[in-house]
Amino acid sequence: MHRLLTSRRLAAGAGLAVSAALLSLPARAAVPESPDPIKIALFDWTSVNLNAKIIGGILSKLGYNVEYTTADYLSSITTGLTTGDLTLGVEYWDTTAGEAMKASDATGKTERLGPLGPKAKEEWWYPLYMKEKCPGLPNWEALKDPKCAAAFATPETAPKGRYLGAPVTWEGFDDERVVSLGLPFTVIHAGTDGAMFAELDSAYQRKAPMMLWIYSPHWANAKYKGEWVEFPKHTKECYTDPKWGVNPDQAYDCGKPTGEIWKYSWAGMKDKWPVAHKLAKNYSIDTQELNKLAGQVDLENKTMEEVADAWIAANEAKWKEWVK
Amino acid sequence: MSRALSIEGMVSEPVSFHALAWAAALLGTVLLFVFPDALPWAVKYPSWAVVPFADAMSAVMNFLKTYFSWLTRGITDVLSVPLGFVTGLLAKGWKIGSGPDAWMIPRVSWVGIVAAFTIAGYALGGARLASLAAGCMLYVAIFGQWDSTMLTLSLIVVAVPLCILIGVAIGIVGFRRPGVDAFVISPALDFMQTVPTFAYLLPMLLLFGTNPVAAVIATAIFSIPPMVRATTLALQRVPAEIDDLGSMVGCSPRQKLYRVLLPSGRPLLMVGVNQVIMLALNMVIIASMIGAGGLGYDVLLALRALKIGPGMEAGLAIVVIAIVLDRLSQAAATYRPAAAIPGAPVWQNHPYLSFALLVLVVTTLLSLAFPPLGSLPKAWTVSTGPMWKAAIDWINVNYFDAIDAFRTSLIVWVLNPVRNFLEGFPWLAAVTLLSLAGYTLGGLRLVLVVLPLTLFCAVTGLWEKSMATLYLCGVATAISLLIGVPIGLYAARSDRFQAFITPILDTLQTLPSFCFIIPVVMLFRVGDVTALIATVLFAIVPAIRYTNHGIRQIPVSLIEAAKVSGCTPRQTFWRVQLPLALPEIMLGINQTVLLALSMIIICAMIGTRDLGQEVFIALAKADAGRGITAGIAIAFIGIVADRLLRALARRAQSNLGLA
Repeated sequence: MHRLLTSRRLAAGAGLAVSAALLSLPARAAVPESPDPIKIALFDWTSVNLNAKIIGGILSKLGYNVEYTTADYLSSITTGLTTGDLTLGVEYWDTTAGEAMKASDATGKTERLGPLGPKAKEEWWYPLYMKEKCPGLPNWEALKDPKCAAAFATPETAPKGRYLGAPVTWEGFDDERVVSLGLPFTVIHAGTDGAMFAELDSAYQRKAPMMLWIYSPHWANAKYKGEWVEFPKHTKECYTDPKWGVNPDQAYDCGKPTGEIWKYSWAGMKDKWPVAHKLAKNYSIDTQELNKLAGQVDLENKTMEEVADAWIAANEAKWKEWVK
Repeated sequence: MSRALSIEGMVSEPVSFHALAWAAALLGTVLLFVFPDALPWAVKYPSWAVVPFADAMSAVMNFLKTYFSWLTRGITDVLSVPLGFVTGLLAKGWKIGSGPDAWMIPRVSWVGIVAAFTIAGYALGGARLASLAAGCMLYVAIFGQWDSTMLTLSLIVVAVPLCILIGVAIGIVGFRRPGVDAFVISPALDFMQTVPTFAYLLPMLLLFGTNPVAAVIATAIFSIPPMVRATTLALQRVPAEIDDLGSMVGCSPRQKLYRVLLPSGRPLLMVGVNQVIMLALNMVIIASMIGAGGLGYDVLLALRALKIGPGMEAGLAIVVIAIVLDRLSQAAATYRPAAAIPGAPVWQNHPYLSFALLVLVVTTLLSLAFPPLGSLPKAWTVSTGPMWKAAIDWINVNYFDAIDAFRTSLIVWVLNPVRNFLEGFPWLAAVTLLSLAGYTLGGLRLVLVVLPLTLFCAVTGLWEKSMATLYLCGVATAISLLIGVPIGLYAARSDRFQAFITPILDTLQTLPSFCFIIPVVMLFRVGDVTALIATVLFAIVPAIRYTNHGIRQIPVSLIEAAKVSGCTPRQTFWRVQLPLALPEIMLGINQTVLLALSMIIICAMIGTRDLGQEVFIALAKADAGRGITAGIAIAFIGIVADRLLRALARRAQSNLGLA
C-alpha cells in the first residue's frame, strides 16, 4: 500500500516534471511550494544577521516570501523554532548555546541543519601592548608569575590580576580554571558581551591593562590587535577527570573547548518548503569571509542589506549549486 | 524628628510587649552575628529545606502550554489582524503577490504623518504644541529613524487602546465591588508592576509565540495597571451630587455609568491614558526581543557593536516620541471640543481632523509619483554618531584615572562593607525583624503580608540573591535620596531651575537605560559601581519630582501665617514646609525604591550577582519556572518595601494630624 502510494506520487511527480519541461517553464516553477512567509530570526549581533540576510536574500530571489523576526538568542531555539513561529535560525554556538540546543533537540520539533562553517573559538585574550609587561605570553605559565599578574591588576583586585569573564550562563568554568591552574587572578563576570567589549574599548584607548574573554568570529578580532593565551589543549577528559593534566587533583586545568556554529530550522520546514530547506542546509561560509563581511558593517558603516546583496551577486554560481 | 515620631508611635501601642519583642529580636540578631556557629540553620537557609517551587512553576507552565495554547494562539491570531493593518499603514505598506511581479500598496507618506502630528498639536494646544510636534517628528525623519519609529509607533497604536479598554473594564469592576478590588485586583496590579518583564519572557514566547503580537501582550501586561487605578479612582471621586443627579433623572445603572460617571471622571482617566502610553514606551527594548523590531532593536544592535552614537540616536527617538505623545495626550485631557452643529458637513464640524486626513491622503498619493515622499532618501538624513563616541573617548582618555580612583574608594569603603553585612545577615533574624517592623507600623494585618513574602525568598532558596538585590537597591535608593531630595527642594524654590531640570528628568525616565549602560561601563568598568550609577540615574527622578511637588503644593496662606508669626526662613522651612511636604516626599521615596528594583534586570546585563542574574540564567537554560520564581521574589521584595514605607508614611501623617 505504502509503496503503491509512493510510486503513484512518483509518477505524478514525473508527470509534472515532464509537463513542466514541455511547457519550457523554468525549473523553479514549483518554487515557492507555499506562499506562507519563511520567518528568519534576527538576533543582536552582526554576523548572524548577515547570514540571515544572505539566506533571506537568496530565498526572495527564488520567489519565496521572506520575513525577518527579531528574537532573543537563547530562548528562540527552545520556543520560536519549536512552534514554527520562526522557520530558521542561522547561528547557534556550541560554546554558548550548548544547553539550550540540547533542550531543543529533546523536543524533536526542531532540526539541526548542520554546521555553518566557522569554528567558534573562545579563550583568554590580551591586547598586544601587554606583552611588554609580561614577556612570557602567550604561554599561560607566564601568568603564574606574580609580577605578571600584578600588571593586570586593578586597585580592588591587587596584587592579583583582573580577568573579565563572560556572562555566567556561558559555561566558561573560569573560576575553576583559575584555581586548578594556580593563576593569581580574580574572575569578574560581565553580564553581557556588550559590557565586555565596552571595557576592552576603553582600556585599549588608554593602553591600560586588560585580560578578557574574547570569541571568534567577531569584529573585535579585526579592530583590536591582540593574542589568545595558550592554555594546555582542551580535551573532554580535562573537564571530567581530575587526574588529567598539570593539576592531578582538579579538573578544568586546560583551555576552553572550540566548537561548531549550528544552523537550526523548525522541523516542519523540510516538508513545507523543500527547496528552501535544501538551501539552508547546504549554506556555509568560511571564517575569513564572515569576519570580512561583518567588518564591512561594523567598521565601515555599510548597511546589512548592501553587504548581503553584494555577496549574493558575487556568489551566484555557488548558491545556485546549493539549491540544485 | 522622624525618630521622635516613631517612638511616640510605639508608645501608643501596648508598651511592654513591644519593647520586649524588639529587645529580644535585636539581642538574638547580635548573638547570631557573633556566634554564627551556634545555630547555623538560622544564619544560612539550609539547602535540604528548600521547597522546589521553581519545578512546580515549570509544571504549571507545561500544563498551560499543552492545554491552553489553542486559546493563547487564538488571541494571537485575533490581535494580529489590527496589528498587521496598522503596521502596513504606518511602516511596511502591503505587498500583493510574491516574487518579482509583486506590487506594493505604499505606506502613508512621512510628510503626511509629520503634518498630521503638527495639525493635532495645533488643534489641541496652539502654535507652541504644533511646533513641538513638528520638531520632534522631523528629528525622527532627519536622523534616519523613521522606519523603526513607525514600527514602534504601530505597536503603541495597537497596545494603548487595548490597555485602555481592558483597564477601564477592570477599573469599573473594582469600583462596583470594593471587596474584589482589595483582595484580587489590587494585589494583581502590584504584581504586574513589580515582576520584571524578563521573568515572564519565556512563558510569553511559549504561549503567544515569537511575533509582534506577543510583544503587544507583554506591553499590555506592564501598562494596564495605571489605567485600572485611574478608572477606579476617577469613579470614586465623582461628587455625590452628580451621582444623585444621574439617579434622579432616571438613568439605569448602566446609563449612569457610561453617560454620567465616566464622562465626569474624564480628566483623571486621561491621566491614566497618559501613563499607559509612557509605560508602553518603556517596554520597547524588551518588546524587540520577542519579535517587535523597531527602535528597541536598533538600540540593542548598535550597542552590541559599541556604536554608541547610533544607539543614542535611536534611544533619543524613543524619548522624542514619548514627549510628543505625552504632551499631546495631556493637552487632549483638558481639551474641550466645540459643540457640533447638527446638519453641518463633516469638515465643518471637524476641521482639523478632516484637514489632517486630506493631507495624509494627498501626500501618500503624491509619493507614488515622487518616491522621496514615501521614504526619506538616505542622503537627506544626518547622524551625530561619531560625536557621541568621540565625547566618551575623550573623557575616557583624559579623566579615567580620576574616575577610577572615585570608583575604587566607593567600592572599598561603601559597597563592599554594606554587601558583606547584608549577605552575612542571618535570614531568620531578618525575617523576624521585618515582621516586627510590620507589626509596629501596621499591626497584625501588615505582618500577614510581610512574613509570608519574606519567607518566600528564603524557602525557595533565593535568600542570598535576595539580599544581594536588597544591597544594590538599598544603596541606590539611599544615594538617589541624598542627591534627589536636595535637588527637588531647590527646584521648588526656583522656577528657572525647575524649567531647566524638567526636560532632563523626562529624558532620564524615557531614554532606555540600555543607552547609557555602555558608556558608563567604558568609564567605570564592569561591576557594582556601574550598576549603581545606572540605577541612580533612573531612580532619582521620582525623588526630585515628588519633593518639588510636595513643597510647591503647600498653600501660600500657611507660609504667610508662618511669616506673620515670626518664623525665620530657616524655621519656616524646617517647621512648616518640610513636615507638610513629608507625605509627598515619602511617596517619592516609595517610588524611588520601586524604580531601583525595576533596574535589577538591567544591572544583571552589566554583571551583578543577584535575582536579576537568576532571571537571566533561567532564560539561558530555558527554565521558565526558575525565571518566574526569581521574578516573584523580586516582586515580593518590592511589595514588602512598599507596604512598610506606606505604613510609615501613614504613621508620620497621623502624627502630624494630617490624616
